[in-house]
Amino acid sequence: MLEINPGVAIWTIVTFLILVAILRKVAWGPITEALNRREESIRKALEDAQRAREEAERLMEENKRNLARAEEEVQRIIREGRETAEKIRSEILEKARKEADMIIERAKEEIERQREQAMLQLRAQVAELALQVASKLIDETLSTQKHKELVEKYLQEISSSGRA
Amino acid sequence: MFLSNLAFASDTLKHAEEAHGGESSSWMLHHIADSRTIDLEPFGHINLPQFPPIHIGGIEIDLSITKHVFFMWIVSLILVVLLSLVAKSYRKQVVPKGLANLVEVFVVFIRDEIVLSVIGKEGLKYLHYFLTLFFFILLCNLFGLIPYGATATGNLAVTGGLAFLSFILIQLAGIKKHGLIGYYKGLVPHGVPGFVAPIMFIVEFLGLFAKAFALTVRLFANMTAGHIVILSLIGLIFVFKSVLVAPISIGFAIFINLLEILVAFIQAYIFTMLTALFVGLSIHQH
Repeated sequence: MLEINPGVAIWTIVTFLILVAILRKVAWGPITEALNRREESIRKALEDAQRAREEAERLMEENKRNLARAEEEVQRIIREGRETAEKIRSEILEKARKEADMIIERAKEEIERQREQAMLQLRAQVAELALQVASKLIDETLSTQKHKELVEKYLQEISSSGRA
Repeated sequence: MFLSNLAFASDTLKHAEEAHGGESSSWMLHHIADSRTIDLEPFGHINLPQFPPIHIGGIEIDLSITKHVFFMWIVSLILVVLLSLVAKSYRKQVVPKGLANLVEVFVVFIRDEIVLSVIGKEGLKYLHYFLTLFFFILLCNLFGLIPYGATATGNLAVTGGLAFLSFILIQLAGIKKHGLIGYYKGLVPHGVPGFVAPIMFIVEFLGLFAKAFALTVRLFANMTAGHIVILSLIGLIFVFKSVLVAPISIGFAIFINLLEILVAFIQAYIFTMLTALFVGLSIHQH
């Protein structure tokens, strides 16, 4: 069992060397080449994926920045609009107040004028009414006997004083 | 597994009769050792072609085809067919399927975990060697576990041949990297005092052979041990001459058989890993 048969050893060496040569040509060459090719393609795919991710991240970052800028712009526009509106509002209010003041002023003047006119008319009418009342009073008192006597008396007094 | 046990049993009976009782253990060796026939008991056996031995420098070399050589060739044939099918499947689509998936697990493991992590980028030049080594040893190991199969890696000549090739590869890789003189000079670690350097060189130089020797024996012993345990467990039935022992023996034999599957993978991995480690050491000397 422990003897070494040199013939078998030589056959082993020959067989193995031929096997190495054949397998190298038909098997290991194509197989390792295919493996390398596949590994290369996987590596490339991974790299591509990595690149794509970085690109996507960059785009997202940019989008975020744009969005922030747009937001700022919007805020600015709103603020400006609000300021303008405020200004316009106060202007309108101011104008309205002035106008109201003016209208009130004019109304006051009108009222004053009307009042004076009314006073004048009142005074004229009152005088006329007083005259009418006085003339009516005079007509009435003169027609009665008593007043006739009174007039007689006065006439006598006047005549006596004249003679004396 | 049952079939293989059955084959053992029938064969064992025959040999036990020949050995006049159950005392002899030669039948176990018969299963493990190399032979010039392929046993297909109880259907007989096939005689393998024989060649007259040739003499080179006083050494008698018998290049006859033996059982283990035959199984190495079967393994090689299977590897070429299966792996070229796998390679073809990659041509159609890059995504592996079925067998290609299984093979790819090992190929990627050997490339990334053994060659790249132990040797580094320079090791990729020798990747096809390590891949072949792993699959060849693995299939040889597994072949001993199927009925009528024989474990070529349970033969010192086979493991020695493989270790010899690994030894050559280790030297070549080192020489290619550092030059012939630079490589053998580099065997002595830096910072060793001058008078120790020659001793260190001898130790390290012998270490190169010790590494190959360790590879040889480790694989051989591991593959042989499991088989001997299985055969011994089966043999217990005939030692006790009782059928009652059979369930226990077979149960344990099956357990060891499953363990052997694990060992087959582990040893193929270890042989490949250590070869890569030694190549890495000879490339990165300092």
